[in-house]
Amino acid sequence: MSLTSDPPVRPPAVPDIAGRHAADDHAALEVVPVRHPWRWVAVAATAVLLAQFLNGLITNPGWEWDVFARFVTTETILHAVWVTLQLTFYGTVTGFALGIVLAFMRLSDSPFLRAVSYAYIWAFRSIPLIVQLLFWFNLAYLYKELQFGIPFGPGFVSFDTMNLVGAMSAAVLGLALHQAAYAAEIVRGGVLAVDGGQLEAAAALGIPRLRQLRRIVLPQAMRSILPNAANEIISLFKGTSIVSVMAIGELFYQVQVVYGRNGRVVPLLMVATAWYILLTTVLSVLQHYVERHYAKGAVR
Amino acid sequence: MSAPTEEATGAPAMVEIRSVHKSFGSVEVLRGIDLSVRAGEVTVVLGPSGSGKSTLLRTINHLEKVDQGWISVDGTLVGYRRSGNKLYELREREVLRQRTRIGFVFQNFNLFPHLTVLENIIEAPVAALGRPRKDAVASAERLLARVGLADKAGSYPKQLSGGQQQRVAIARALALEPKLLLFDEPTSALDPELVGEVLDVIKDLAHAGTTMIVVTHEIGFAREVADTVVFMDEGRIVEQGPPADVLDRPVQERTRAFLSKVL
Repeated sequence: MSLTSDPPVRPPAVPDIAGRHAADDHAALEVVPVRHPWRWVAVAATAVLLAQFLNGLITNPGWEWDVFARFVTTETILHAVWVTLQLTFYGTVTGFALGIVLAFMRLSDSPFLRAVSYAYIWAFRSIPLIVQLLFWFNLAYLYKELQFGIPFGPGFVSFDTMNLVGAMSAAVLGLALHQAAYAAEIVRGGVLAVDGGQLEAAAALGIPRLRQLRRIVLPQAMRSILPNAANEIISLFKGTSIVSVMAIGELFYQVQVVYGRNGRVVPLLMVATAWYILLTTVLSVLQHYVERHYAKGAVR
Repeated sequence: MSAPTEEATGAPAMVEIRSVHKSFGSVEVLRGIDLSVRAGEVTVVLGPSGSGKSTLLRTINHLEKVDQGWISVDGTLVGYRRSGNKLYELREREVLRQRTRIGFVFQNFNLFPHLTVLENIIEAPVAALGRPRKDAVASAERLLARVGLADKAGSYPKQLSGGQQQRVAIARALALEPKLLLFDEPTSALDPELVGEVLDVIKDLAHAGTTMIVVTHEIGFAREVADTVVFMDEGRIVEQGPPADVLDRPVQERTRAFLSKVL
């Protein structure tokens, strides 16, 4: 269609799109895709840079791959990996359990519960993890003993704070409380993403309240919770390295101890790096399968 | 305000609505509704958008609370318990139990997308009524056959057309063997060529003597199936009666104006 006001030109006798020769056989026309010469230039440049980097990894003696190989599966390091995994596991489980409670508090009809949940999330997102961890580590300074009993009344059982909140549990507590604030928002976002008609339909069918959440809302919320939750778990997994400030023998702390002794900083950092990459990859693969499970019915 | 009683005619009313008022904020959407529906009858509610017809339907199974007045279904107050001169709001658990006697079909179907057709239908009988799964599956299969979808039990809702989804939603509502079925514009979200298959299922139910209240814009359906047509506007019932009267010889000017636009 012409955009100008020129008088219409009489169409040529043979349509010029097809050309004269092919006018009799349209199927025989060859389609020639557009060429991208600059794309090839970019590919070549990137390939050269990549080759240079890989070459450096192999030929630069500074990487000291023999030292890396010697340490990567020593018992000290394997034990440290185990501690890191434990910190991640307990931090995630406790964090998300508390996060779910906080999310439903923020979604509740009670302004008080909403405010408390909001304040918690505000506080724990505002305090740097490392500051919070050091706080828990020094809990005994604030409270010498912990008591279970009637609030403001007499206590039944009491524990020495120093013994109860050891370094490891202080670390898990810190990670979990920090994680809970983020988990709460992720879970809340997931629940809000479920169409309101779903809860209405469940209510109209008389399905009990808890079952509405467990069977109808949460499985659908999981679709949007999972990618964010996986991000958080992976970031917590790497975040456990912060715990090294509390002298807990997790991966990063152990690596520091070893290179403090033998001075081989780079290969030992590579040991930690390799383990972090390997385990993050495992988590990503797991994420893929869990997401596939919750995608039931989502595609035609 | 009096307790639920028998109709003046003596026939027992399945649904009684008395002086129901409802506001959303400062907007009064129901301004005193009185309506009786006898068992086995089909009542079709017509009216322009914003006339309060969907809200009225939703108050009948307590998806919306009323501000004033009361509603009873099969002789039982909905959402409240009367003691002396007070109406005590029921706990959620009790409201949920009441709803199992009242089927509701939504405009947007609201099927559970992560459950198969069969799982959608057996969910409420198993979870709300505690029926054994095997029985629930057997009756779900009968219901699917009744709405013409016997071969779709294992499909997910998104694999079905809109009309098929709405037929599943009707089967899901029927699975609780309700005393009353409420339809909220059941064909408004459907492509025109799929409207017929859903209306056919509803007509079958009507002929089988199911008590139904249907909010719709399908005048032809109202004429064919309704025992009573109710015309609502601005939160009030303007006119009600047999379809031959309300649709063909409306008394009120407002009804005439509405019908002249939609017919």
